[in-house]
Amino acid sequence: MKYSKLLSAIFITALLPFAAIAAEDEKIWNNVLKPEYFAQQAIEESDNVIELEAPVRAEDPALVPFKIVSKIKQTKEHYIKKILVLVDSNPFPFVGDFEFTPESGKADIAMRIRVNSNSNIRAIAQTNDGKLTMTKKFVKASGGCSAPIGANLDEAMKRLGKMKFRLDGDIKVGEPTSVQLMISHPNITGMQMDQVTRFVKKAHFVKDIKVSFNGKPVLTAKTDIAVSTDPNFRFYFVPEKAGELKAEVTDTSCETPTKRDVCTKGDTYTETFKIQP
Amino acid sequence: MRVLLLFALSMVSVQATAATTLPVKEITAGVYVHFGKHQFPDSKNHGEIANLGFIVGQKCVAVIDSGGNPEQGSALKQAVTETTNTPICYVINTHVHPDHINGNSAFKAAGVKFVGHHKLAGAMAARGSYYLDKAADQLSVKMNAADLIPPDIEVKDSLKLDLGGRTLILKAHPTAHTDNDLSVYDEKTNTIWLSDLLFTEHVPTLDGSLKGWLAEIDKLEKQSFRYVVPGHGELVTDWPQSMQAQKHYLTLLLTEIRAAIKKGQHIEDAVKTIGYSEKNNWALFDEYHRKNVTTAFAELEWED
Repeated sequence: MKYSKLLSAIFITALLPFAAIAAEDEKIWNNVLKPEYFAQQAIEESDNVIELEAPVRAEDPALVPFKIVSKIKQTKEHYIKKILVLVDSNPFPFVGDFEFTPESGKADIAMRIRVNSNSNIRAIAQTNDGKLTMTKKFVKASGGCSAPIGANLDEAMKRLGKMKFRLDGDIKVGEPTSVQLMISHPNITGMQMDQVTRFVKKAHFVKDIKVSFNGKPVLTAKTDIAVSTDPNFRFYFVPEKAGELKAEVTDTSCETPTKRDVCTKGDTYTETFKIQP
Repeated sequence: MRVLLLFALSMVSVQATAATTLPVKEITAGVYVHFGKHQFPDSKNHGEIANLGFIVGQKCVAVIDSGGNPEQGSALKQAVTETTNTPICYVINTHVHPDHINGNSAFKAAGVKFVGHHKLAGAMAARGSYYLDKAADQLSVKMNAADLIPPDIEVKDSLKLDLGGRTLILKAHPTAHTDNDLSVYDEKTNTIWLSDLLFTEHVPTLDGSLKGWLAEIDKLEKQSFRYVVPGHGELVTDWPQSMQAQKHYLTLLLTEIRAAIKKGQHIEDAVKTIGYSEKNNWALFDEYHRKNVTTAFAELEWED
């Protein structure tokens, strides 16, 4: 009896830090993020509309691959309109919002993000009827020597604005087809210690992404510094016939890493890709 | 009586902490190395995992890497003091990783110059606040911004340091293990301190450029050295023989990841399948390998 009591005490103590972090994370959501993005709105928590796939541990805090998998079909009558992605514990939690259309075929999206410390990754989907559904996944931060900024920013800077489309498999006429958009951009967070050096780099990141197929939007996104260096997105479109995929990407520079009131508009980069089914 | 004894014992232990000396080994005349243990940096080892040391000249001592926390820096400084009366003139930081620079503040004094790659200060600025947070969270080490000391002397290409009767040649490498790797060559004994450009036993960790690192290895392989000091692992006396394991590992990553990209494999699947034939050849493989694949994949997908 005593022994089992002791065991359960040890068990509880061992679990505590993890539970405490998760609780702390809900605090950020309840006190800051929910009022900021969804004041007074009802949100259902379930995996019925979208589900998250993410690693248990962020092996590289600068590049955590994760995926949103949709559970409902994109039809003209009922579809996922928008997905907001947040990393609660990041210094700037907003990762991006991603808008889909029935032409997207599927509201799945895979991306690579920065995760600074133990945190929930949270995605809130809004269907065209206005209903909000939230799902989340807890990711443990990695230790070691890497930092959430990217290994070789100078190299990414040299290629700045270069883009590539890649098809993941065969083109399926009239069916959702997966495509990858690679954007070369350092996506500088602007986080730094001025005490250490005079060297100052402003936040400089991809802000707007518009992807269309034959002029019809398939993905429209607003993104921020939590997206990794060389932003990379995989999503769907429906090639009902031959045509052209087009990406327009615009960046911005902001005076501070965590405020968006003083920013200057940057450059727009365009890439097209011929689709021949 | 018992209380007195307890008191005496506690005095002894306090004394012992205050005068901690980092064990070092003289690998060749005037070159002293502390060999770190192959562990993941955590709250038990407080980030004390890297090889550190110093080289003694007639006028000056150059310390090479300062340790995983200020206390280890002090213990290294104590080792210098117990070895020689020659003053410390230089603290050379071989790159930005915390296990190599977190002891800097222990050496701050008049007459001591900090030396690093010309990109080191930028890397310290970009990573500093994150590393300080991690020191508290993961290493149980209290540090602040004043503990991160950027170089007074920046090495753009190469630099000679005269220690009196022996010259060190410092070389700033293009992006390899990190984008701020600096090696230290001691002419007198034909010893090169490669730090984290070389790992033996401990799995190499990639935080710069895979192709860049392989290119630096190719250049270094053609040179002959009597002694080579890795950042993690045993002293190398058969250069370039003991470097082949690292070369093999990095080349395997290059080949397998290129093939995966060509096949259209995604990064999250590549980390689960690539390079596992190397698992039993390295310490800490499970801790760092997936991060290596991630970093290399993100670099190689931009080829062509």
